[in-house]
Amino acid sequence: MARFLVKRLFSATLTLFAVSVLSFLMFFALPRDPVTGMCPKNCNPERLERVRQELGLRDPLISQYAGYMKGIVTGRDLGSAQGGRCDAPCLGWSYVSNEAVSDTIARVLPVTLSIVVPAAVLWLLLGVGLGVVSALRRGTWLDRAAIGFSLAGASLQLYFVGAVLLLVFVYTLRWLPVPSYTPLLDDPVRWASGLVLAWLALAFLFSAIYARLSRAQMLETLSEDFVRTARAKGLSQPTVYGRHALRAAITPVVTIAGLDVGGALGGTVITETTFGLNGMGRTAVDAVRAGDLPTIMATVLIAAVFVVLANVLVDLLYAAIDPRVRLR
Amino acid sequence: MDSPQAAPPGPPDAHPDAPGTPDDRRPAVPQPRVDDEPYLRVDDLRVRFDTADGVVRAVDGVSFTVRRGRTLGIVGESGSGKSVTSLAVLGLHDPRRSTVTGRITVGGRQLVGLPEDRIRRLRGRDVAMIFQDPLSALHPYYTVGRQIAEAYRVHHPRAGRRAARTRAVDMLDRVGIPQPARRYDQYPHEFSGGMRQRAMIAMALVNDPALIIADEPTTALDVTVQAQILDLLADLQAEFHTAIVLITHDLGVVAQVTDDVLVMYAGRVVEQGSATQVLRRAQHPYTWGLLSSVPSLHGDPDADLVPIPGNPPSLIHLPPGCAFHPRCRYAGDRSRAEVPRLVPTGADGHLVACHLPPDERTRLAAGALSERRLP
Repeated sequence: MARFLVKRLFSATLTLFAVSVLSFLMFFALPRDPVTGMCPKNCNPERLERVRQELGLRDPLISQYAGYMKGIVTGRDLGSAQGGRCDAPCLGWSYVSNEAVSDTIARVLPVTLSIVVPAAVLWLLLGVGLGVVSALRRGTWLDRAAIGFSLAGASLQLYFVGAVLLLVFVYTLRWLPVPSYTPLLDDPVRWASGLVLAWLALAFLFSAIYARLSRAQMLETLSEDFVRTARAKGLSQPTVYGRHALRAAITPVVTIAGLDVGGALGGTVITETTFGLNGMGRTAVDAVRAGDLPTIMATVLIAAVFVVLANVLVDLLYAAIDPRVRLR
Repeated sequence: MDSPQAAPPGPPDAHPDAPGTPDDRRPAVPQPRVDDEPYLRVDDLRVRFDTADGVVRAVDGVSFTVRRGRTLGIVGESGSGKSVTSLAVLGLHDPRRSTVTGRITVGGRQLVGLPEDRIRRLRGRDVAMIFQDPLSALHPYYTVGRQIAEAYRVHHPRAGRRAARTRAVDMLDRVGIPQPARRYDQYPHEFSGGMRQRAMIAMALVNDPALIIADEPTTALDVTVQAQILDLLADLQAEFHTAIVLITHDLGVVAQVTDDVLVMYAGRVVEQGSATQVLRRAQHPYTWGLLSSVPSLHGDPDADLVPIPGNPPSLIHLPPGCAFHPRCRYAGDRSRAEVPRLVPTGADGHLVACHLPPDERTRLAAGALSERRLP
């Protein structure tokens, strides 16, 4: 098991290295000049050139990259124009908001985490629950209702569902405040009431996929010989379905869930925009619009870290669920 | 309706733990004791499935009995209803998609129509099942030992984890698995095919069932392992005084281990009798066909195997009359019009469902069987 973990972590590190090189090349090597964008209209060429020098944009790419990576690990000195000393993990200095990128991230990452983690718990419970129930009640009205629900979830768009939820619960019934982010530790009730609509909207859309997937998986597993064996042993139905069938049906759900959650943690632009929350997704989009290269770079890297970590986690879960995976 | 037909050998729950004592283990030839009253009695069993294409009559009026210590072989091609019959005995058909009628009496208790929860308590305790492919029949994610211990604990709720483990290790040892304590913690994929089937048998025996239904237990195994598994079953039967229903399409297996044989075709019994009667003095053209399509070690090695022409019929649209008539070269007008009833041949307990006149049948049988010897 330890060897398995070390191997997976090693390949995860390699992946992250590749992502960092690629995104660095793409953004820093592109012809777009960030300095022109930063400068007021009456900048003269000498001043622009001086700023470029200060930002290190005239250094060779390799040393720029090395400096950036070193900053993440040990921190570095960015020079007086960029706030001086930048502690690890240093992600550079935002040209636009004039603050350390790590400070921006520290502000917006908790928002995205607060949106995605509870929503993921909700959509997994709802999706797998619906899928399992409709598989066990195949052909009944309950099954049909669940299929209809998941069809709706799969075909509706988040901004539509979000708008309807806002209209009903915030502006008509006035049961909930206008969505906003309050740190969980400051006030858990306001944290939840400000985010619950985003959770519901995400959970509705995502659970659709999970309901279909787990229904199909469960139906397939129920026809497996080992389920018949479990029944022939005299086990009760809850044991047969829960311990024997669901355990085997759940593996593909784990894979998809890992990818979805990992991807969503990198930013949920549409959700954040619909509910007016400032998380990773909106920060990334704003940075792209403003040409704020250090922020773009940081959001891409962090999104990659989440996806890679989610993959490692999925592998570990797989090994925990399926003993046949462990040896490899 | 559900008053027991046959007096049970004891109160239903008195369940002898291990009838075989250590000193009567393995006499030179195992001579199982045979009860007078059948442990399993199936009367006019019918199983229908309602499908989108129509009603499938998978089992249509099957009756048989099995005593403790005896082995009944049920033979037939795929789709003849043999597995459906065995699953019905365990009440494993989904009541929402199937209709089961008739009577199934196990140890004096009638099962058809009983609520799921009552039947469930019999499963694995009084009637255990061994399936064809032990790799797919064992759960891939749980250790072999845990699956056996689980089967024990369902029916012994007061047994602790440790007691169940000890019991499972004992059973693994009993079915001839070396290093049972170590094997307990291994997964099915770490077992060989033969060992997996032994583990499956250990699981079936863990509650000392009075009846074991073995559905093609050796089909998925190597020929050398097949013989070992059949020997093991025979040994365990002698030791535990078990009734066995052995479902197979392999007449070699039937000749080796069964006492009585039921030949099924398209959901009906076409011939029934002792193993000797059915294998050596077969009276039904279908049985002749089965016997002629099996290679034999004792016969002429150059003799051609004769397959039965055609395919088993659709169970939704059965041919009128004798369901076998389209494939039967002896079929006459009556075979095409009238379903033959199962009638005595004259020999004790030997029944056949065929319209051929008895003397002509006997003459044809002599011819059909002289070309071929027994498997």
